[in-house]
Amino acid sequence: MDILSNLAFGFGVAFSLQNLGYCFAGVLLGTLIGVLPGIGPLVAIGMLFPLTFTLPPVAALIMLAGIYYGAQYGGSTTSILVNLPGETASAVTCLDGYQMARQGRAGPALAVAALASFFAGCVGTLLIALFGPPLAEWALMFGAAEYFSLMLMALVAAAVLTSGDMVKGFCMVVVGLLLGLVGTDVNSGMARYTFGVLELYDGIGFTVIVVGLFAISEVVSNLASREPREVFTRKISNLMPSRQDIRDSSWPTVRGTAIGSVFGVLPGTGPALSSFVTYMLEKKIAKDPSRFGKGAIEGVAAPEAANNAAAQTNFIPMLTLGIPSSAIMALMMGAMIVQGITPGPQVMTSNPELFWGIIASMWIGNLLLVVLNLPLVGVWASLLRVPYRWLFPSIIMFCCVGNYAVNNNAVDVYLCALVGVIGYALVKLECEPAPLILGFVLGPLMEEYLRRAMLLSRGDPSVFFTRPMSLAFMIGAVLILAVMIAPALRGKREGR
Amino acid sequence: MNFDLRNNKDFLAGLLFIAIGVVAVAVARGYPMGNAMRMGPAWFPTVLGGILILLGAWVTARGIRSGEKVKGEWGWKPLLFIALAIVLFGFLMARLGLVPALVAVFLVSAAGGREFRLKEVLVLTAVMSAFAVVVLLYVLKIPYPLIAGYLWIS
Repeated sequence: MDILSNLAFGFGVAFSLQNLGYCFAGVLLGTLIGVLPGIGPLVAIGMLFPLTFTLPPVAALIMLAGIYYGAQYGGSTTSILVNLPGETASAVTCLDGYQMARQGRAGPALAVAALASFFAGCVGTLLIALFGPPLAEWALMFGAAEYFSLMLMALVAAAVLTSGDMVKGFCMVVVGLLLGLVGTDVNSGMARYTFGVLELYDGIGFTVIVVGLFAISEVVSNLASREPREVFTRKISNLMPSRQDIRDSSWPTVRGTAIGSVFGVLPGTGPALSSFVTYMLEKKIAKDPSRFGKGAIEGVAAPEAANNAAAQTNFIPMLTLGIPSSAIMALMMGAMIVQGITPGPQVMTSNPELFWGIIASMWIGNLLLVVLNLPLVGVWASLLRVPYRWLFPSIIMFCCVGNYAVNNNAVDVYLCALVGVIGYALVKLECEPAPLILGFVLGPLMEEYLRRAMLLSRGDPSVFFTRPMSLAFMIGAVLILAVMIAPALRGKREGR
Repeated sequence: MNFDLRNNKDFLAGLLFIAIGVVAVAVARGYPMGNAMRMGPAWFPTVLGGILILLGAWVTARGIRSGEKVKGEWGWKPLLFIALAIVLFGFLMARLGLVPALVAVFLVSAAGGREFRLKEVLVLTAVMSAFAVVVLLYVLKIPYPLIAGYLWIS
């Protein structure tokens, strides 16, 4: 079997002492940062990203992937214990997880969350190994026009499916695209939007944007809001879920995994939406829906499985097509570009150790999460008792040092402060920052593909609609838009 | 219609987008435009800037119609102190070295918080700075000057 030998190869890469170490370090650091309230995987990756700079590409990506799962799992822990989700994906877990904690069942809730995530992670990893290669082979046939249309579809999806307002979502995508263009234009060698600042000739650093938009604006928002935090401080005594718990949560876990796997592949959706959808489904098919929101274990297992499955399958479009389906994947893609690897279908053939190594390390990372986190739950819980007035200066320190370390120049740090200020304004004006990151990473690529497609077609834009695959992506983009606009229009007509 | 535009969230967001779009288009005018077949460096950003201005105008108009205000108050104080702390870090790092920069980050950013307890902040500064120095110099082995001109560890 081809897949088995590939996976074996991948495990060979991932099981090297060095890579195992980085996977472990990533999972540990990710959980550590992810547990802190208000810090989701995106910020965790953004903050820890500079740490991986000096590593070889495979190790760097393995570590980043570890940080991602770690942070996501850490977020679930926070949701269950404090009722404060670090990110939208674990917001659903709060509903029943926190209730379970209040009933003194924090232990089983955490254990079920970990086990459901592990199951989903295994399935997700297998799915990538199964569907990755054929998808990449198919994508090898794409020309410039197909790539442009595919990116357009991904961006439309990102703008439309953002949790906030759609028009603003589009605006943020365009701002991101523009920011991505800053620096030297590859085609003409012309420096664009650098305003004479030498440090900008290589473009705006990607940590600058992520840290500024997410970490710094988040800290300022937290300091400005006056909501008190209610920390669940009772000791977590019994971790083991009962037999009944296992029985109750096994089918929801399977269903959550299935839904999450599908949603993870779709551009712009990712973990957040899948956990919401699964939760709604479980509530609908439950014999007694009134239990939900009052500590139903299904309400923890299903969304946790869904968001972890989605977190895995999220990698499929990024690794095989070079199209990020979420802001986190945009970050991962940025990390690959920094490491000198152009994400796309050729990665599998040109860097097989990277592709299969990452896949194998995902499974190892998921295993580590279970092994590491269940015994360490007490440690994570005590982290939650650290007052915010100690935390936030430390977060700011990490942001500063990280940004400085990327290029060893102060300009990145100044820019980061500026982006942080703008980011805070955007948060206050209710503009969701995630679509911006997608645009930022895709900006230069999209321009390049547009130019190439138009050059090949001798300036005829109909090329995007006459090539069948390209047309399919364009239709996809229009459909996504139509599906989201239609209910809004109907609602308006009924409303007036 | 609502004519009190102060703190009108969509109105302000729209203005911000329009401003970014205008800057994008205006600056791009200095670059060669090319044509549809051979796009110059100005082509893509000009189109994007145009789209942004249109979308921004839409958001602005919607803001005027709905008149929805920004939720909660603006956190001017934390915003100012945090931004200042970061800028100071960059400024001091390049001139005086790592330790002064770290001290500045902690003192200034902590001043932006709800309560400032000097003793706590000093302890926090010492512990976290030591941690950062160990990680940077010994784990990652980046040779930063601790205090420029005086203390080097590499």
